[in-house]
Amino acid sequence: MPSAVEVRGLVKRYNELAAVDGIDFVVPEGSVFAFLGPNGAGKTTTTEILEGLRNRTSGEVRVLGLDPWTDGKELHHQIGVIPQEFRFFEKITPKEAIVYYGRLFGTRPDPATLLEQVQLTDKSNSRFDTLSGGQKQKLGLALALVDEPRVCFLDEPTTGLDPHARRAIWEVVRDLKREGRTVFLTTHYLEEAELLADQVAIINHGRIAARGAPSDIIRTYGGPERLRVQGPPELAEYLRQKLGIVVRYDSGRLKTDLQSPADALRILSVIDSSGLPWSGFATESDTLEDVFVHLVGQMDDGVLKSAGSKAAEAR
Amino acid sequence: MNPRRIGADLQIVARGYFRNPIALFFSLIFPIILIALFGLIFANTAAATVTVYTQDFDHSPTSVAFLQALNQTQVVKVQIVGASVGNLSTYLGQNGDPTGLVIPQGFGQSFREHRPVNVILYTNPQDASASGTVEGAVQGVISAFNLQAACGQNTSGNCTPVIGSTNLNVGGQAYTYIDYLVPGLIGFTILTSPMFSMVDVTATYRKEGLFRQLSLTPLTRGEWLASRFIWYTLITFASAGIMLAMGTFVFGAHITASLWLLPFLIAGPLFFVSLGMLAGTVAKTPETAAVIGNVITFPMMFLSGTFFPVSSFSPGLQFFAKILPLYYVIDGMNQVLLFNNIPRALGDLAVVLIGGVIIFVLAISLFKWRGE
Repeated sequence: MPSAVEVRGLVKRYNELAAVDGIDFVVPEGSVFAFLGPNGAGKTTTTEILEGLRNRTSGEVRVLGLDPWTDGKELHHQIGVIPQEFRFFEKITPKEAIVYYGRLFGTRPDPATLLEQVQLTDKSNSRFDTLSGGQKQKLGLALALVDEPRVCFLDEPTTGLDPHARRAIWEVVRDLKREGRTVFLTTHYLEEAELLADQVAIINHGRIAARGAPSDIIRTYGGPERLRVQGPPELAEYLRQKLGIVVRYDSGRLKTDLQSPADALRILSVIDSSGLPWSGFATESDTLEDVFVHLVGQMDDGVLKSAGSKAAEAR
Repeated sequence: MNPRRIGADLQIVARGYFRNPIALFFSLIFPIILIALFGLIFANTAAATVTVYTQDFDHSPTSVAFLQALNQTQVVKVQIVGASVGNLSTYLGQNGDPTGLVIPQGFGQSFREHRPVNVILYTNPQDASASGTVEGAVQGVISAFNLQAACGQNTSGNCTPVIGSTNLNVGGQAYTYIDYLVPGLIGFTILTSPMFSMVDVTATYRKEGLFRQLSLTPLTRGEWLASRFIWYTLITFASAGIMLAMGTFVFGAHITASLWLLPFLIAGPLFFVSLGMLAGTVAKTPETAAVIGNVITFPMMFLSGTFFPVSSFSPGLQFFAKILPLYYVIDGMNQVLLFNNIPRALGDLAVVLIGGVIIFVLAISLFKWRGE
C-alpha cells in the first residue's frame, strides 16, 4: 500500500529545546493513524509540520509525495485539516462557510450534503458565534472535506465534546476510511484511538515511545492477562500456599497473572475446592490507555529513551 | 491575485460587516451624527457682540471713522492691536481669536481720491456664526461709506464703490465651518473604519489561529489584504457620498464635487488598511494591538484637520499635524473640494500614495500566515 505520510528523522528545535527529536513513522494510504501523547509531547508540532503550517529544523517529511513546507499550495488541495480549536468568522453561517471555501478552492460543494455528513443540517443557517463547541468542530470537519481531500488531519477533534458529539465525529472518521481517505488523528482519548485507528504512534518528549497496531502495542508493552476474583484475604493466602503463585489482594479483590488461558481454569478449581467464600471472577488485560500510561511514565522516569520499533519488530 | 477568491472573501467581509451593527454604526452612521451635530451647533449659535482684532496701518480720520462706525453697529467690538504683533492672520491663529480686520496704509487717501481700496477681513470657519456677524457688519459699514462719501459727492449719480473688502482665511476665500467639516469627516471615515477594524482583526485572527486556517486554503495574504482594501474603499465611497450630500443639501456647504476626489478615496483606505494591518501584526496580543491602534489613531483623528482646520492650530501643532498622513488626505480633499487647487492636491496625493505603498509592502512582508 502506498504511503500517505512518510516521516524520517524529523527534528524541530526552538532554540535549544527539541520539541520533536528525530522521529520516524509511515502512514499507509487509506488507513486511520492515531498520534498519541501527553500535553507538550510534540504532537501538534509534528502535525503542523505535516500540514505545512510550520517548518522543520531537519529530517524528511513527505505527505502524498510532497514537501508540506515548500509545496504547501499544491498539497493544500489534497489535504483537509481541522485544528485543535476550530475558529471561523463569527457572523457567517455553516452553509455560507462551505460556499466560501468552495469558491476559495474553485469547487462547487453541496452544503446540504456536507452538513448532513457531519450531522449539522439543523444548524446550517445559524451564525458561527451561536454554535456550540461540538457544532463548531463539526463545521471544521465539513470545511476540511470541501476539496475532497485524500488525507485528513484531525487535531484533537473531539476534545471537550459531549459523548454524543464525539460519537458523531467518530462516525465521520469511519466514513472517511470507508471512502478510502487517510486520516491522521491526534487525540488525548486512548479509547478513541483504540476504536478508530489501524496504527498508532505514542510520542513523548519529542520521541516515539511506541508505534504499530493497537493490539500489537498492547501485546508488546502490556502486562500478561490477569484473573480477578472477589474474596477474603484468607483466599489469597490459600492460593499462595497451594499453588505457589503471586496473588495481589486489594479491597476484597484478588488478582493473579495468567501464563495461559488454561491457568484460569486450574486456579478457579482450587478456589472452588478451598471452602472459602468467593464470587464474581473475570479475566482482564491491559488497554491501550494502560500501555500509554506505562510507557509515558517510563520515559518520564528516564527508564525508556525510545522504543519506536519494538512493536513493529515484535510482529 | 485571483479575482474569484478576492470576491469570495469580500462577500464574507461584507456579510460579517452588515451583521455587525456596531461596525456599521461607526463607519456610516456615526459620521452622519457628527456632521449633523456640528452643523446644527454652529448653525444655531446665537449672535452676540463679536470682537474684531484690528490693525489700522493708516491712522487717518477716515480709518478712525470707519472703525467707529463699525463699533456703532453694536454687533462687533473693534479691538486695536499694534503692528508689532506682525501678521494678523498668524496672530489670530496663535491666540485662537476668530476674526480680524486690517486697514491698509493709504486707506484714507485712496478714499478721498476715489481710488479703490480694500480692507482685509479675516474670519475663522470654525465659528461660522461669528464670521457671518462680522462679515455682515463690515459689509454694512463699507456700503454706508461708499454711499455717503463716494456717491454723495458724485453728481453724475454714477456710484462706483471705492471701499471693498478682501475676505481671507487660510485658503484666501471665505469658507464656513461646514465646508471644512465635510472633507474632515470623510477623512475621519478613511482613518477610523480601516484602522480600528484592521488592527483588531489582524491581532485577533492571528491569536485565534484563523490566519493559519486560511493559510490551508488557496487564499493568499495579498488576496486577503486586497479584499479588505476593496471593502474599506467601498465604505469610504459610501461615507463620502453621504457626507457630500448632507453637507451640500442640508447644511449648504460650498464644496465643488470633483473626480479628483476619487484618488483620495482610494489612496486613503490603502494607507490605513495597511497601517492597521501593520499595527496588528507587530503587536503581540490583541490588547497591545488595541493600544497601538489608539495611540496612532486618536492624535491623528483630532490633529489632522478632521474637526478643525489645521490653520487654526498653533505653529507647533501645525508642524506636528504635517507629520500625520491623514493631514495630507484631508488637505488634499480640501484642495479639491474647496480651493480647486489641483497641483497642491496632487502633492498631497503623492505623499499618501508613496506612504501607502511603503506601509503596504512593510505590512505584507511582516504579516505571516504560518509560523517558522
